[in-house]
Amino acid sequence: MSVRYLSCGDTAFTVEFGNEISPEINARVMALHAAIGRARATGELAGLVETVPTMRSLMVAYDPVVTSRTILEPAIEGMIAHGLPAEGASRDVTIPCCYDDPEFAPDLAEVAERTGKSPEQVIAGHLTSAFKVYVLGFMPGLAYIAGLAPSLVLPRRAQPRVRVPRSSVAIAMDMTTIYPFDSPGGWHLIGRTPLWMFDQRRQQPVFLAPGDRLSFRRIDRRTFDRINGEVEAGTFDWATLIRPS
Amino acid sequence: MMGALKVLRAGLFDTVQDLGRIGFMALGMPAAGAMDRIALSLANALCGNSVGMAGLEMSVMGPDLLVEADSVRVALVGPLTPALIEGPDAASKPIDSDRTHLLKRGQVLRLGMVEGSSTAYLAVAGGFALQPFMGSLSTYARAGVGGFHGRKLAAGDALSVARNQATPGEERKLGQSFDYGSGPIRIVWGPQDDYFSDRGRETFITSEYRVSKEADRMGIRFEGPTIEHAVSVDKGGADIISDGIGPGAIQVPGAGLPIVLLADRQTVGGYPKIATVASTDLPRLGRLLPGQTARFIPVSVEEAEALRREQEARLRRAIAGFEPARPPGGIDLVRLYEENLIDGVVY
Repeated sequence: MSVRYLSCGDTAFTVEFGNEISPEINARVMALHAAIGRARATGELAGLVETVPTMRSLMVAYDPVVTSRTILEPAIEGMIAHGLPAEGASRDVTIPCCYDDPEFAPDLAEVAERTGKSPEQVIAGHLTSAFKVYVLGFMPGLAYIAGLAPSLVLPRRAQPRVRVPRSSVAIAMDMTTIYPFDSPGGWHLIGRTPLWMFDQRRQQPVFLAPGDRLSFRRIDRRTFDRINGEVEAGTFDWATLIRPS
Repeated sequence: MMGALKVLRAGLFDTVQDLGRIGFMALGMPAAGAMDRIALSLANALCGNSVGMAGLEMSVMGPDLLVEADSVRVALVGPLTPALIEGPDAASKPIDSDRTHLLKRGQVLRLGMVEGSSTAYLAVAGGFALQPFMGSLSTYARAGVGGFHGRKLAAGDALSVARNQATPGEERKLGQSFDYGSGPIRIVWGPQDDYFSDRGRETFITSEYRVSKEADRMGIRFEGPTIEHAVSVDKGGADIISDGIGPGAIQVPGAGLPIVLLADRQTVGGYPKIATVASTDLPRLGRLLPGQTARFIPVSVEEAEALRREQEARLRRAIAGFEPARPPGGIDLVRLYEENLIDGVVY
């Protein structure tokens, strides 16, 4: 698999590991993202500003006043040639989700119908899918989380909604997502989490990170309201959702 | 008590901006930051701040600000018509841009239309007293974060300043206006120039493009000849698997018209990007107004880097070359002497 270096002007370049979506390619992206992070933590790669992982590529942003493409590209080529250690610290994250309220899951019945399942089977498929956060983008904290059970794969809605409520849990293609803000959206809404994926009051305003392994836990409406109250009050203990591995 | 600038009348889109919220693109957080980093840097340097401090970015039309501090030194960069200081007991008087002014409690700074650029900047000596969000004071209004409550200023807002009293010192001005360059906007091909036909690439660099009305902090949509993709659009020629979007990325969706992505751009996107504006020309691009035209000319990565380094050196020289500003109605002896030598006339 050959790596391509694509120019993004004089302040960034993209390291493209492939032109398809696959766990193997993304693993290499995340391994380089992590390796560059470690190198920078020890003071190497001066002038490298940040890296932006996506499904299949890593954008490397730099300050051309401090460094240059001529310095950075060979350095990164060397890191890749030397062999990237398999992805280090990633987290197991469990997201509570309420599927039971029709207001939260307006598309559940349609998804069930189109996939030839019962609503309960759709929920079960979502709960047993092994998800992984591949990329954040489109808006702050919006995660593209792949790994949806193949039997639930559907294209996006033909008619996107003008307003999807914050914290809606949705599926489309082989992915699930959680809307961090009220926003337009074209995915199928099958539940809602009491969590906020973006909360500017928190030390780490964005909850999910690329590389997180993710699963959903079913909660009832009462539990939803309790957790949502704690999240709103800023007293919720987010650490209970995370298991480092 | 903490001093403030009280907004009597808001401008069209006044936002607090520094040089951007850097380091969080991996979490989907756009950088935001000043559209014209040179003008912000000059405004800061004029009033003795470090160049990267937050200032007020004013788009199209500035605000009216009442001074609610004992005294405050401000620098204006970018011409505003009118720009006036009023009261409290004196008649209103016009003031120049590209220099500092000492304002006293009760005075009102009235700022009108921004001339010759889409943005002008106001910096305050000592800066604003605001809480950074994710390490930056840049306003990102779409998520409601940063700057002043995550939004543009509105009438009645009180923008706190760090100093209730200006430090003594003389006013300063820019020696000569900064040269943003002229001629075609420099671009570097890529990251997806191979998604366009030879003819499409040729169209892009030989045509004139006009800034449409859809131009804001997120980007500029251009109008002009359509750029041909290598693979027809209905066969996916305008779709890529999303990748990172750098500043100045020029994406070309299926309609074939270029969109240059600027400060508030999304971090990743699924349209092919034919080229990227050289960082040296991003401030110039950010100054363009709807209806103005631009051409694009390719340079190499190395050339673009060299142009940026040269521009930074010129910025440092401009800052080193600040001059004392003549008090209104006062006499600048150096200027008087020089002008007399040249043409014998003093205005």
